Amino acid sequence: MIGYVQQPPSLDVRGVRYAYPDGHVALHGVDLTVPRGERVALLGPNGAGKTTLVLHLNGILTPTGGTVSVGGLTVSRDRDTLAEIRRRVGIVFQDPDDQLFLPTVAEDVAFGPANLGLRGAELTARVDEALAAVGMAEHRDRAPHHLSFGQRRRVAVATVLAMRPEILVLDEPSSNLDPAARRELAEILRGLPVTLLMVTHDLPYAAELCDRSVILDAGRVVADAPTLELLSDERLLAEHRLELPYGFVPRPS
Amino acid sequence: MGAGHAHMLYREASSPVHRLPPEVKIAAMVVFTVAVVATPRAAYWAFGGYALLVVAVAALARVGPRWLLGRALIELPFVLFAFALPFFGTGERVDVAGLSLSVDGLHGAWNILAKGTLGVLASLLLAATTTTRDLIVGLDRLRCPQILTQIATFMLRYLDVLVGEARRMRVARMSRGDDPRFLWQLRGFAAGVGALFLRAFERGERVYLAMVSRGYTGRMPAVWQGAGAATAGQWAAAATVPAIAATIAAVALVLT
Repeated sequence: MIGYVQQPPSLDVRGVRYAYPDGHVALHGVDLTVPRGERVALLGPNGAGKTTLVLHLNGILTPTGGTVSVGGLTVSRDRDTLAEIRRRVGIVFQDPDDQLFLPTVAEDVAFGPANLGLRGAELTARVDEALAAVGMAEHRDRAPHHLSFGQRRRVAVATVLAMRPEILVLDEPSSNLDPAARRELAEILRGLPVTLLMVTHDLPYAAELCDRSVILDAGRVVADAPTLELLSDERLLAEHRLELPYGFVPRPS
Repeated sequence: MGAGHAHMLYREASSPVHRLPPEVKIAAMVVFTVAVVATPRAAYWAFGGYALLVVAVAALARVGPRWLLGRALIELPFVLFAFALPFFGTGERVDVAGLSLSVDGLHGAWNILAKGTLGVLASLLLAATTTTRDLIVGLDRLRCPQILTQIATFMLRYLDVLVGEARRMRVARMSRGDDPRFLWQLRGFAAGVGALFLRAFERGERVYLAMVSRGYTGRMPAVWQGAGAATAGQWAAAATVPAIAATIAAVALVLT
């Protein structure tokens, strides 16, 4: 098509291999492409290498082989590149108490954009925008430890949204949430206009939020297909220690 | 969980003292304490003057005497030594109510007690009118090294988390029948402390990872620090108390 410019994918992982310093190989050549605007679930049992892969996405770990590109920019050890990569990749860690380390919600949400050099009214606007996106605007001056767990997780999402990321990476977003908080978070995530990579072993949550899923096991991508298709394949799930909750039948909503 | 008791010393109110920016209050408290400590112990009238200043500030801050004195008891273990001085002091002795006391020791005890109490009361007034968070902001504005204010900030944020963790571990221990009564039964408790240290250490690593993921490069960005910094007028207003104290100290030094 004339005049058509292809946008680089939000995330492009090519042949990433990683061995820990003790020699244990965690990733055996992982390939994963997430086009802009898509929501993808990264499934896998404990110890499959999911978190290791996540730490490669923003250059905290450096692959021993292969490359990671975010929106066309390849991760490297260069300081400026790393700073831009960390703006583009917003990681929400599993425990909000790890992510929220400042005495008030607003200060914590401001931490990321302030590291990007924003100050004053611009910074305040960014903070308010991010908190509004997760429905926590009225709690901006509260202390994180006075919030409920679900609220803290939403604030944790806001802390990376405030950096206007290219891709949002969530590590076990549904863990420790009660059903209502779980639904609220799903509604918020569905409404966000960003690319989403969700690391989880909560299969119904993946089915609810992501059209496409990738299964990672023993450091390899072993399946990459529409979520419902994967979840209907009992043998595939059993092979990789994934299980649907009792009574759950995947079907299109 | 773990919420609500972070303000042991802070007293929520809206008074002129509460509204002062934290840095001027910290500076005023330090200057006041230095003046008190520099005063010769025999200038009794000067300590009366300082006490009046404390009462005036307390009244202005709407902090009641009962609240203040109750919390001032914290100095007791530190001044206990002062009570022994009159008995063990040497030199000239006087008889008070049948007890032979050393004059020098009495002076020493008075010195410790008066200066200690005034210092504690001044600190309590600062804490009663300033939240912990504001105290750190104030220290930061007074150019306190960032490493110290950062440590204090982390402590403020994670103290409750740690206390919560310790409490849950204790409940879990008790639920399995651990009921230490004697020192040699503290094995479970000691192991708990060790586990808590490891958890805190690991959490520190995860917090750092999460910070780096948001672009942290070793320096905290200055967020809204300029906003609300003290004006010259506020400095002047808060300076009255330490100025009076310094004058009293100077006069006392000259007269004795």
